[in-house]
Amino acid sequence: MSREAELGRLRWHSRRGMLELDLVLERFWRRHGESLSEEQAASLARVLELEEADLWEIICGRREIGEPRLQGMIELLREV
Amino acid sequence: MKPISIRKFDAIIVGAGGAGLRAAIQLSESGLKTAVISKVFPTRSHTVAAQGGVAAALGNSEEDNWQWHMYDTVKGSDWLGDQDAIEFMCRKANEVVVELEHYGMPFDRLDNGKIYQRPFGGHMSNFGEKPVRRACAAADRTGHAMLHAMYQRNVRANTQFFVEWMALDLVRDGAGQVLGVTAMEMETGEVVMFQAKATLFATGGAGRIFYSSTNAFINTGDGLGMAARAGIPLEDMEFWQFHPTGVAGAGVLITEGVRGEGGILRNSSGERFMERYAPNAKDLASRDVVSRAMATEIKEGRGCGPHKDYVQLDLTHLDPKTVMQRLPGIREISIQFAGADPIKEPIPVVPTAHYMMGGIPTNYYGQVVVPKDGRHDAVVPGFYAAGECACASVHGANRLGTNSLLDLLVFGKSAGETMVADIRAMPSAHPDLPADAFDLTRSRLARLEDQKDGANVHETQLAMRRVMQDHCGVFRFPDMLEQGVTKILEVETRVRATEIKDKSQVFNTARLEALELDNLIEVAKAAMISAEARQESRGAQAREDHPDRDDANWLKHTLWYRAANRLDYKPVQMKPLSVDSIELKKRVY
Repeated sequence: MSREAELGRLRWHSRRGMLELDLVLERFWRRHGESLSEEQAASLARVLELEEADLWEIICGRREIGEPRLQGMIELLREV
Repeated sequence: MKPISIRKFDAIIVGAGGAGLRAAIQLSESGLKTAVISKVFPTRSHTVAAQGGVAAALGNSEEDNWQWHMYDTVKGSDWLGDQDAIEFMCRKANEVVVELEHYGMPFDRLDNGKIYQRPFGGHMSNFGEKPVRRACAAADRTGHAMLHAMYQRNVRANTQFFVEWMALDLVRDGAGQVLGVTAMEMETGEVVMFQAKATLFATGGAGRIFYSSTNAFINTGDGLGMAARAGIPLEDMEFWQFHPTGVAGAGVLITEGVRGEGGILRNSSGERFMERYAPNAKDLASRDVVSRAMATEIKEGRGCGPHKDYVQLDLTHLDPKTVMQRLPGIREISIQFAGADPIKEPIPVVPTAHYMMGGIPTNYYGQVVVPKDGRHDAVVPGFYAAGECACASVHGANRLGTNSLLDLLVFGKSAGETMVADIRAMPSAHPDLPADAFDLTRSRLARLEDQKDGANVHETQLAMRRVMQDHCGVFRFPDMLEQGVTKILEVETRVRATEIKDKSQVFNTARLEALELDNLIEVAKAAMISAEARQESRGAQAREDHPDRDDANWLKHTLWYRAANRLDYKPVQMKPLSVDSIELKKRVY
């Protein structure tokens, strides 16, 4: 899959069942969409596999993700 | 465009939320070849956001019965609900909840092992007498747990999932029989005809027509758009349930508990305006009273911000400790989505659309029904709908809390059962597709592909949402509705000329959003035109010029047709299946 196609896939996977996540991810793409590194894209792909309620609790800081290599991506999502 | 290939199934279900998954269980476990098409992975459907619970008069904590539940539902609907469908739903509630338990749903439990039930607004015993515990829940993850339990059951039953596919158009033959849908695979851009003997729409709501909505971005009313384009009317589309306090510009809900803790609503001059509308209850007045007051302040130019389009929920006078301890989630939401720390500054809020009571007209078997040959309930062969996209009508003019998850289960199952019986009664070969089966899909895609000097999708969608919020919101004014009809039709001309710059085939989200907007605009027109025409206040429709319910003239369902925006009406079914009719009364709580 080309990079454009892979980013398109990630953008679509950013469509969630919960409005809160849609909004956070929309902002994330607006701020970081143009500059996303390959490594970041891979982390985002992993993060987007999380269940809705779990991802929201992690973004709110009520719990941690447990995978240290994804912590950087979670920080970006928390900041936007 | 490439040729459209055909895949054949016994049954096609569009949408993999609660209703779609429940119907699919019924079909697959009957041994029928069943495909479920979904834009997103099933457990990311919007059902996941439902927290409150599912209503069933199990009577596990105290005496309860389905007739009391039925009464609450009819009253909640402000008598616009069909009493045959409401009786059907309330009588089936225990059965579908127990089935769900057997699918592995982790309901909260009492010490004796039975399902725990909690109180919920509008749930009463003995025909409206006193509150009763009727809501069954799995902590605050009821919808999430429900989707998981039903998805697993479908995997076991060999349901075929087509995930990240978007359904495009309903295909009917000359006699009106539904033969399936066309759909696009997001990963390849390929368009396929899913041919079926029975087609169910379970595509959910369309709250995204409003600027302020609690709905996730996927709720674009795809099933309603497809149905409308195929000549099926949409029923009671003027009725939308609103919450008074969603974060302005975001839609995320601020719970009523905030006003319970002392939060005050203020207009642009800082006035505590609820004192004028409800001198006693003030900010704690009921949801509809608060919403109408907020809408009036905004309409009369006393809203806040550059567009004067929101009011403020002020907690700054409260002890910061109270906010931190009792309302931590709210502080998070406000900082995250309003950029305002409620300890230091007020939260911008607006009445926010939450649930669509109307939809594709069905009977309680889940069959889509339309007026034909002098009947108002002629079955459309091969076509079924369930869940928020359908209008059975059990919610009438206003939905009772926790009846949405019940609706999914009862009518998902009922539609599935009807489809099984109908498919078995059909010849083994699929009916022939007409020569023009793909014309509509081809022309829509070609139009989008070739559009020059067209409208920007995002801007057009935003224009639609602003018009709906300003002209067709929680409190409706005749002049605003009239202008709203003109404005939404003007937006429609832009929707018909949307242009996308990116023409790639693989995960082209711009194309998908343009196709979603084609569906949203049908819902928006239906809502605006139906609301403008209905000259009364009933349930969720509150009109300034007609403040009362008018049963003499308006005890009837609206039907909106896309062709020429024609309106028709049909009677409300006041006769239940086995019990006495619940007679008209004023709806007071």
